[in-house]
Amino acid sequence: MSIPVLKFDAVIVGAGGAGLRSAIQLSEAGLKTAVLSKVFPTRSHTVAAQGGVAASLGNSEEDHWHWHMYDTVKGSDWLGDQDAIEFMVRKANECVVELEHYGMPFDRTDNGKIYQRPFGGHMSNFGEKPVRRSCAAADRTGHAMLHAMYQRNVKANTQFFVEWMALDLIRDEAGHVVGVTAMEMETGQVVIFHTRATIFATGGAGRIFYSSTNAFINTGDGLGMAARAGIPLEDMEFWQFHPTGVAGAGVLITEGVRGEGGILRNSSKERFMERYAPNAKDLASRDVVSRAMTTEINEGRGCGVNKDYVLLDITHLDPNTIMKRLPGIREIGLQFAGVDCIKEPLPVVPTCHYQMGGIPTHYSGRVVTPQNGDPNTIVPGFYAAGECACASVHGANRLGTNSLLDLLVFGKSAGDSAVEDLKAGKAHRELPKDAAEKSLARISAIDNRKGGANVHETRLAMQRTMQNHAGVFRFGDLLKSGVDKILEVEKAARQLEIKDKSMAWNTARTEALEMENLIEVAKATMLSAEARKESRGAHVRDDAPDTPEFPNGRNDKEWLKHTLFNPVDNTISYKPVNMQPLTVETIALKTRSY
Amino acid sequence: MERPDYERLRWRCIRRALLELDITLTRFLDDGFDKLNEAQQQAFVELADMEDYDLWDLLTGKEETDDPRLAPIVAMLRKS
Repeated sequence: MSIPVLKFDAVIVGAGGAGLRSAIQLSEAGLKTAVLSKVFPTRSHTVAAQGGVAASLGNSEEDHWHWHMYDTVKGSDWLGDQDAIEFMVRKANECVVELEHYGMPFDRTDNGKIYQRPFGGHMSNFGEKPVRRSCAAADRTGHAMLHAMYQRNVKANTQFFVEWMALDLIRDEAGHVVGVTAMEMETGQVVIFHTRATIFATGGAGRIFYSSTNAFINTGDGLGMAARAGIPLEDMEFWQFHPTGVAGAGVLITEGVRGEGGILRNSSKERFMERYAPNAKDLASRDVVSRAMTTEINEGRGCGVNKDYVLLDITHLDPNTIMKRLPGIREIGLQFAGVDCIKEPLPVVPTCHYQMGGIPTHYSGRVVTPQNGDPNTIVPGFYAAGECACASVHGANRLGTNSLLDLLVFGKSAGDSAVEDLKAGKAHRELPKDAAEKSLARISAIDNRKGGANVHETRLAMQRTMQNHAGVFRFGDLLKSGVDKILEVEKAARQLEIKDKSMAWNTARTEALEMENLIEVAKATMLSAEARKESRGAHVRDDAPDTPEFPNGRNDKEWLKHTLFNPVDNTISYKPVNMQPLTVETIALKTRSY
Repeated sequence: MERPDYERLRWRCIRRALLELDITLTRFLDDGFDKLNEAQQQAFVELADMEDYDLWDLLTGKEETDDPRLAPIVAMLRKS
């Protein structure tokens, strides 16, 4: 079968913040650039980011990139690479000012500077006291950012392929990436994008969990494609959870609800946080609250028929206070839990929010993989940025407002690196003869299979397995059985069947293809989590508790290293954390406490 | 509504920027959309074309619409 070939200098997969930012660099450098997106760019999940973007502009009070660097290394529980972290925080101001020039409507101070507000974990003077570092556009920062960058791309003649799904990375025999295959949803037509540079900016894969704040679009397509092309996935055991998502829906209940006096209760209406955090109680930090909730549920004190959630109670608050101070919360309760929170408590569970791991990259945005003893060999022609990539700046835990910074800095950096590599004059490498074969075979198998697995049921099995076996608080025996279970689910995910065989707008087929990506991420997460026998950042194991020898359960002697999950044979290797910053001294290991 | 048009609408409802809209619109497509007449279905298509936050503000009552074609559908979505 003859497959159409579209030739571009660069293709970017994903039109969220990282994708749009890198596209600006390429298009403005005069390179012929395509951006593929499953949805219209301003419907990417970056829109949901409300908090702001961190930059040590010092507009409201004294600040310094070195302090920001310290906070990020500490937040990462020392798993972040210090060269990449220094690179990111030093680029922050430039990236924020550029955005302002693109037309981003940042909140302003009276004297016209970008207004900055405090955000958890961001401190002055190496952890001394909170500092105002977050730049925001009301509570619509991600939304405003995408609009500004989309307009800039339109001006720069970036070519958008909207409602296209990328299918597979194309690598030649030497391992160079020479493009992607993709499917136009409107026609079902598969096309080859033959390129000199391929940038993945496909976002996270939060939908591997049953309870997730992520929109349905976050199916880890870039990670799935990388895995199928033999690229390992880094640090996939690290996922950030939020304590209060609406049970069964995942929709976020803001921390402000507990701030206004909301109380967490178990099935016997007990205010259980009094046992776990006698002083802070319901206002203890996210991880403490999430672990306490999980323990209550695991020990049979959860609520509902399946005893699988706890309650967030604000019925004792004045209804006027709820309406005034917590706008939208009543609507969220009514809409997603069928509960009027003025009269009844809300069902909540710890909910997956952000993926720290991903496709291994250098801070230049170039994808790296182990080869001939070097764990960081560049994969020529391949770049990644944003939540799908692991630079690694977030290490074992991300600080709020560093995600928008990540996608700006590394989106730009990946774009710049691609421009640099392309200006060095490399021509298009020849396409392998079987460039589209893998993709066509996958689609044909899904279309023609009889007696295969149902996509919806398989996805649900995966999500429940991940939630129950590799959730916010982890147990050795549950992780072990989780490995067996997820490998079983994988078998089903390799045998998907759909009823709808039509070409145009076949959403069943698209969802089956997404499922094939999700399972790669789920498997990498479960196996990597089972293997890491310590607690660090967001990966907290019951069998790696806080002891004097290993504070917070962290074991630097054995586990100060990045996980690399090899999807081809399900094996795990490790590579060192880069503790050497670019220009300053190493931020020395310390117990992480706030 | 013709199948490709419906499937395109479906994709634009089940892949939003905000999870809140993914859930609400998917639920409505599964439970309420079939019962709408052609004009009402067209009004729903218009709502689904809106920016995520604009639509979410309508559905949570933060904003109101005075468009007589859209208002009844918004009311149905709020109850769905």
